[in-house]
Amino acid sequence: MKIAVASGKGGTGKTFVATNLFNVLSRRGEAVTLTDCDAEAPDDLLFFRAEKVSETEVTHQVPVINKDACTWCGRCSRWCNYNAIFYVPAAKVIEVIENLCHGCGACTFACNSGAITEKPVLLGKVTKFMTDGGSKVVEARMKVNEMSPVRIIKEAIKESGEDGVVILDAPPGTSCPFIQTVDKADNVLLVTEPTPFGLSDLRQSVETLREMKKTPAVIINRSDIGDGSVAEYLAKENIPLLAEIKYDPAIARVYSEGKLVTDEIPALTSLFEDMADKIIEGYGTGSNQR
Amino acid sequence: MKVAITSTGQSLESKLDQRFGRCAFFVIYDTETGGVEILPNPNKDAEEGAGPASVQLVASKEVEKIVSGEFGYKIKSLLDSLRIQMVVYKEPEKTVKSVIDMLNKQ
Ligand code: SF4
Ligand code: SF4
Repeated sequence: MKIAVASGKGGTGKTFVATNLFNVLSRRGEAVTLTDCDAEAPDDLLFFRAEKVSETEVTHQVPVINKDACTWCGRCSRWCNYNAIFYVPAAKVIEVIENLCHGCGACTFACNSGAITEKPVLLGKVTKFMTDGGSKVVEARMKVNEMSPVRIIKEAIKESGEDGVVILDAPPGTSCPFIQTVDKADNVLLVTEPTPFGLSDLRQSVETLREMKKTPAVIINRSDIGDGSVAEYLAKENIPLLAEIKYDPAIARVYSEGKLVTDEIPALTSLFEDMADKIIEGYGTGSNQR
Repeated sequence: MKVAITSTGQSLESKLDQRFGRCAFFVIYDTETGGVEILPNPNKDAEEGAGPASVQLVASKEVEKIVSGEFGYKIKSLLDSLRIQMVVYKEPEKTVKSVIDMLNKQ
């Protein structure tokens, strides 16, 4: 079972929920994997002692243009959807802008003159770790300045396997990287805050998920700040509320020390145990499953 | 010599557009003939690569100079390879016409 933990924007407690859920499941001896899909800024590993097991480089194929063979037909540039081939025939300039290239292969296909070959370019890495508790953490990490983390995220999810519970810590936002992550998930947990901003982000995430025919469950973080509008919205839209986490300065302190509340604070340990029970006992294994 | 000027609108009274790659219009002015051509920028809403695509567009008009408020990442080297001069002119309140007047005085 794959569970994506997501939030509309960063900083609502998505990593906090994903890491602690993983921690309680791991401690129970469940087969559980935590996959950090926030490839632009992965940080789940900060909270675990873990040893590197393996590393995979993710590359894509970028065109190389042989100017001598080029007949200046312009097809490659017209076929490229990403403006990655800079083409000014009058000045005899044709150039691949590598960091705009998505490695789709269209230009190579378009060229009838054999002027285009391809070379591999590194996009990022997928690294597997084993925690002291004997569970697997998979980290997707995009190379700095790369355009899109999507390929690395896909690879990380593939490398996470199908055993037991796989927790996907999803990238923030609702664009491509988010969609690629939740698309692979059987269940989606949305972490939000009970404020007007939280509500507007939540709404956007819910709408995106519904277009994908997925029904999320929601965790409200810092549930005693803000107002009741998120709870009202959930009731109206018939979205299950899985847990409410009250504001507690101790949470921020533990978190900033790189520790887990499920190791340090008993009340939160039982809250996360409870959340894990609901997930294992098949919250959503009916209508939520693909 | 032809010069591309980034413009917010379709007339010479329009204000300069500060963005190069995502400007609304390009005004192509010919300093020899005084001819003016106004092109809508098809790359205005491009998700990625608006800069290079816009260079490609104005280069196809054989301009030798571009006047705009700011040029994005990587644009300079592309313009250098085409020997197009980049003029950074950060005056959002100025009109296209005033830039043309300046060019004529040169
Ligand atoms: S591989 Fe695709 S994205 Fe890259 S330059 Fe060719 S057509 Fe454009
Ligand atoms: S498609 Fe091939 S021949 Fe045509 S412009 Fe591109 S590289 Fe040159």
